[in-house]
Amino acid sequence: MADIIEVRNFTFFYGSFRAIRELNLSIRANQITALIGPSGCGKSTFLRSLNRMNDTIRGTHVQGEVLLDGQNIYAPEVDVTELRQRVGMVFQRPNPFPQSIYDNVAFGPRVLGMDRTQNLETIVRESLEKAVLWDEVKDHLRTSALDLSPGQQQRLCIARTIAVRPEVILMDEPCSALDPVATLRIEDLMRELARDYTIVIVTHNMQQAARASDWTGFFWLGELVEFRETADLFSNPREALTEAYISGRRG
Amino acid sequence: MNVTTADDTTSTGQAGPLTGTTDRGTWREFFVEHAIKAAGISMIAIVGLIFFFLLREGLPTLGEVPLGALLGTRWYPIEELYGLIPLVIGSLLVTAGSVLIAVPLGLTTAIYLSEIAPQWQRDILKPLIEVLAGIPSIVLGFLGWVALAPLIQSLGAPTGLTAFTGSLVLAYMALPTIISISEDALYAVPKEYRDGALAIGATQWQAIRMVVLRAASPGLVTAVMLGIGRAIGETMAVMMVTGNAANMPAFGPAILFEPVRTMTATIAAEMGEVSQGSVHYHTLFLIGILLFIITFAINSLAGRLIGGQEQRRKRGQI
Repeated sequence: MADIIEVRNFTFFYGSFRAIRELNLSIRANQITALIGPSGCGKSTFLRSLNRMNDTIRGTHVQGEVLLDGQNIYAPEVDVTELRQRVGMVFQRPNPFPQSIYDNVAFGPRVLGMDRTQNLETIVRESLEKAVLWDEVKDHLRTSALDLSPGQQQRLCIARTIAVRPEVILMDEPCSALDPVATLRIEDLMRELARDYTIVIVTHNMQQAARASDWTGFFWLGELVEFRETADLFSNPREALTEAYISGRRG
Repeated sequence: MNVTTADDTTSTGQAGPLTGTTDRGTWREFFVEHAIKAAGISMIAIVGLIFFFLLREGLPTLGEVPLGALLGTRWYPIEELYGLIPLVIGSLLVTAGSVLIAVPLGLTTAIYLSEIAPQWQRDILKPLIEVLAGIPSIVLGFLGWVALAPLIQSLGAPTGLTAFTGSLVLAYMALPTIISISEDALYAVPKEYRDGALAIGATQWQAIRMVVLRAASPGLVTAVMLGIGRAIGETMAVMMVTGNAANMPAFGPAILFEPVRTMTATIAAEMGEVSQGSVHYHTLFLIGILLFIITFAINSLAGRLIGGQEQRRKRGQI
């Protein structure tokens, strides 16, 4: 199976603080990769490095490379907006824009000019269908997205992300603000989406990582301690630290 | 046979009557409550009295001067010509001019401050804007008269004291209001919205235009309305730089470059010279009523546009 993202000797700084140290990792296409570890271990920072969302924070810089389809996304000639179209992101708290459901999904296609060559309504419909939200909202697409439940809002954010046809979807603890039922729906949805997209998810919930992912990486103090297939990592961790963490003795 | 249950003893039990036998500042409580109530009611009473006073002094005009004459185009009280139209047009011209200058300038400055400027520039610019707000209007009028008017005359206007000069001075007076309120509104837009837009591949400008400005729009409307309110009610500075000619301006491309006189300036200039109770005196109060109605209408419109709490919540403003 092909690697879509390859990370080489990646180090990340907030000012002089080194949040990620010398990271090497490959992410397989069309698989779900979970990143686990205690708060402040650098996993969210790493996730945000994959589409350069950290650029919005002043005083950060990186060393090393992140290759997307073989191209270093930190190379000076890279267009960040194009990168983010290809590597989309779903955030911890659902963040639909205070606009209609339709406008939320249409946002990406509009800013990227996709609506000039394709039918916007078709894009919106297909995206909502893929996010398994269409049946719930098809009769009130013009009402405010903020009237939806948190779980629906998060699926709307996923629809908004896939509307621009990304290759990779980054999810930063997408279920931490949701109840168990809504959480399971998102996990089912991730399974569906993995057929078309590569998913990288940061989660605090180890059951979620074990249930929903194919690969799991364990972060500790800015370093990647262990990265293996999920079943192996949880049933038979190689590192003592990993074992201590997943069994709840450290963290 | 009497059956006494445990309930009986507890419900009629030994607890004392709830009559507040402890003297825990009952009087202070009473005093504070009534003082607050009195303050609230006096506010309403004062507004009511002002309005009543305006009506009592201004409404007699309607009986003394025919409506047709009030809608006339000549304001010349010595000859008993009380046409209000030139004054209204003067106010509208100066206000419209200042809005056209101050709104784009104010909004772009606010966007720059909130979205683009690095921290050190914000640290310099924000206090500077506060200083601009603190300049007394008469000083700005003075600057307009000494510096701005000659400049405008040198550009080819017959005189430097024109509606446009007034607009410029007023625009600078309204700018601090517009900038600081819009900046607050933009700052209140959650960072999550910006991140959401950027994460889809929007450029910074697209994120600002399509998400941040839309989310902040009620606050921006408030900023503009308060700016207009500031402009239309301003008197002294405008009186100094607009030439004070209560004539109908000649309509045409140069309409902003003629001397005008605003409603406020008329009241300020003539109030000292009229005898109390005269037709002229009543008419000046009628102008006051008109100003009151205009500002009231602007404020209500702003309130309507901003909407109630529920609407604002839906737009993510709260």
